[in-house]
Parts: sequence; C-alpha cells; structure tokens
Amino acid sequence: MTPLPDVEQLLLEMAENLRTRLDAHHVKDPAMVGIHSGGVWVAERLHALLGLQQPLGSLDISFYRDDFVRIGINPQVKPSHLPFNVDDHHIILVDDVLYTGRTIRAAFNEIFDYGRPAAITLAVLIDRNGRELPIQADIIGQRMDLLTDTHIKLTGPQPLALHFKNT
Amino acid sequence: MTYYNIQFDKNGCLKHFLTIEGLKRQLLIDILDTAESFSGVTTQSIKKVPLLRGKTVVNLFFEPSTRTRTTFELAAKRLSADVLNINVTASATSKGETLLDTLHNLQAMHCDMFVVRHDRGGAAHFIAQHVAPHISILNAGDGCHAHPTQAMLDMFTIRRHKKEFSQLTVAIVGDILHSRVARSQIHALTTLGVNEVRVIGPETLIPCEAETLGVHVYHDLREGLRDVDVVIMLRLQHERMKGALLPSEHEYFRLYGLTEEKLAYAKPDAIVMHPGPINRGVEIDSSIADGPRSVILEQVTHGIAVRMAIMSMVLSAQTSSRSNPEGEIN
Repeated sequence: MTPLPDVEQLLLEMAENLRTRLDAHHVKDPAMVGIHSGGVWVAERLHALLGLQQPLGSLDISFYRDDFVRIGINPQVKPSHLPFNVDDHHIILVDDVLYTGRTIRAAFNEIFDYGRPAAITLAVLIDRNGRELPIQADIIGQRMDLLTDTHIKLTGPQPLALHFKNT
Repeated sequence: MTYYNIQFDKNGCLKHFLTIEGLKRQLLIDILDTAESFSGVTTQSIKKVPLLRGKTVVNLFFEPSTRTRTTFELAAKRLSADVLNINVTASATSKGETLLDTLHNLQAMHCDMFVVRHDRGGAAHFIAQHVAPHISILNAGDGCHAHPTQAMLDMFTIRRHKKEFSQLTVAIVGDILHSRVARSQIHALTTLGVNEVRVIGPETLIPCEAETLGVHVYHDLREGLRDVDVVIMLRLQHERMKGALLPSEHEYFRLYGLTEEKLAYAKPDAIVMHPGPINRGVEIDSSIADGPRSVILEQVTHGIAVRMAIMSMVLSAQTSSRSNPEGEIN
C-alpha cells in the first residue's frame, strides 16, 4: 500500500502551488472556504500560509447532499459561514479528500445559493481514485491510488494526520 | 407503552412528531442543534436548501391558524418541498366526508407529510395510526392536548437567551387548563431538566392534577414570578371555555395580566414569551409585549428553523437503510 504522506509537507507545497496559480491568473484578494470538517482544518493552514486578507469561510454541505434520504441528518451539522460577499469574488474551495466528487458538487450548489462567484479554484489535500462525477482539483497535495474498500481519513486539527481505514 | 412509540420507526428514528411526552432529552437537544444550523439558511441570498426537493407536504388544518400554518409553509418551502394548504373546515368534511376518507384521498395523491391541526385532542395520533407507512405526521396542535413544535421553538428561544436549562426557573402564566402549548412546554422543560417550572393562574384555569406533571402551582402572580428567568404568558382561550370560568376580562387583567409592576418581581434579565396571538390588555400589557424584554417576535422567527429541523428529521427516517452512518461521500 502507498505510504502515508506527511501532511505539513503537503500543505507547504500546496500553498506554494496556489500562490503560483493565483499570480498566473492575476487573482487579487481571493476568498477561501473549507468544507467541514477536514477541509476547514486544511483551509485554516493554507489561509495562514498565504496570508489572505478575506476572513476564512466554512461550508457544511449536509443540506445539499444527494444521499440525505438514505443517511438522514446529523444534528452536529455546523452552520455554514461565508463571512464575505460571494458575488464576483474568486473563491478557493478546500477539502481534505477528493473521492467521488459528490461533496464538491454539493458545495458548488451551496456557494451559488450565496451568490455568483467570479471563479472557483479547487484545492484538495488528497486526490484519490473513484470519481463518480466529472470534477477535478486544480491544486493537489498528493494523488493516491487506493482499493475501493480502503478509505483515507484526515484527523485533526492538532496535529493533522492521515489514516487508512478499511470497510 | 405503545402510546408514544408510534412516533418512532422500527430503527428508532423519529417518524412522526405528535407529542413531547416520552421523548428523550438527547432527541430534544438534537432538534435544537439541527434548528440552529437551519437558522443560517436565511442569511443566504437564496433562502432555500434542496433537502426536501420532490417531497410534498400537506398542511391539513381543521382549525384556523395563521402563524403556525404560515411558518410550517415557509419551513417546507425553504427546504424546497412542495406545499399544499388544505383548510378542511371549508372543504370536504362540511360535505359529509369522514376524516379517514379525506386522508385516503390525500394519500392517493402521493403526499409525504401531513401537518395536522385539529380541535380534538388525539387527532394527530389517530391519523398517524391510519396513514400509509411512508407518510409522516406532524402535530400542529390537537385540542387541549399538545402543540409540540411550538414547545420546541420556545425551548430554542430560551436556549438562545439563557444557555443552561438546569439553572432556570420558568413560569407559565394564565389559562393552563385549555392550553396544549403549556402541556407541551411542561414536558419539554422537565425533559430538558430545568430547575423549576411554575404554573400561575386562577384555580378555575389550572388542571387539578397539574402537580403530577412536576410543576409548582401558584395562584398569586407576584409570588409566582419572584426570581424567575423566563415568563411565558398564555392567551385566554375563550373558544374552548365552557361555562363561566372568569368574572371578566378586566378582572383577569387586574389579577393575572402582566404589567411592569408585576414583572419587576422576576429577575432583572428575565425574558417574556407568548405563543401568540396576544390579547393586549387581557393577559399582557402593551408596554411589556413591545418592550425590551419581550422575545415574542423572535419566537415566530425561530419557528421556521425549528420546523425545518423537525420536518427534515422525520422525512430522513423514511427509509430503513442507514447504510452509511458516518456519511463519508467525499
């Protein structure tokens, strides 16, 4: 099995790649949004490393999921919080693991219910195989090829570490 | 007792919401927590989430209501459900159709949830026993029995202002006898573990077995309000009163109407609540209803988030396979 990468090292590389990408696209004053809960932890680090001016936002996509009727509502749902105007802002959406793509689809829908962003850049710590929707990340910490019954999970927020879990 | 087990499906998930009686504290807290996250939906520029898209909610009101029906309708719409409002008093029952026949007709239209208000206690239970298994029933008030969503929005309002239930003394004032709201509030408050619940009112308007619900009974408003954190005023329900229970409205206001002078007996930071509609000058003075300690309009606002939470919880219990409890879809 692929050895687990060091999260802190990946975060430094992601921040560097993000900076390069934002400069290349002449993006000024982007806003960052993390997806609960692992994505928020990753976003907190990237937000600090990049020294972004806009306050960090967080999304809980529970109300936008396509499998709600199957799994129900978790009362621990955190309210989504976008402390900036979404309209015409460049948004960096951050998650820990990109797998089926369904979370990102739900996050897009939720962001668009707050307004019309100028653009969205997707940054993920881990990009693993198993996509069910045509969604790809712009900034990737590490790609991993895993068996379908193997899941990778980020624990945190202090320290951030990756773990394998078999189902 | 099977009486309230009907509220749960075979997996122990909330399926109908008929009464607070018999519900566990954790479930009430889950409802309040879920409502807290739904309250953020109103800050979106599109005040809607797609959670109940494709579901049909029927507001089945056998008794008039404005606030409750409207907030149920708004809650359903903010969850993207389709809503039908049926004012039954003006429709089929007046043509002789039985309650069950009305229900079977609505069922044949493939609806998913009935929000029921009826002037007879137990009506929502009766309907829950007779509908098809995929339909959820929410009790929006049945006779003098229960009004559980109102009680939950009141708990939500109290928690927003007071945080810790175990420290609180809450007084419910007025027509306890005819009040389904009071019954549901008492069950909710005792389940959530408040320090003390007091009911205050004339002997004719307090049920004689009130103390068995775990409350303290007062007949003097000033004495009852001493050092309370929350004052809940109730409306005099003339429409349910049979016989002469009160000398006059004027006499009632003199003894049990909330005024600045009487409210001074409560704690300085006490909040004043009322489920509405308020009768100014009968149970509450206008200066209190519109004053800084009144949270009456907040209660209305919170009703939407609380009803969104309960609606989504009962409809999410509809399918039996909870295959992915951690909900990892990534």
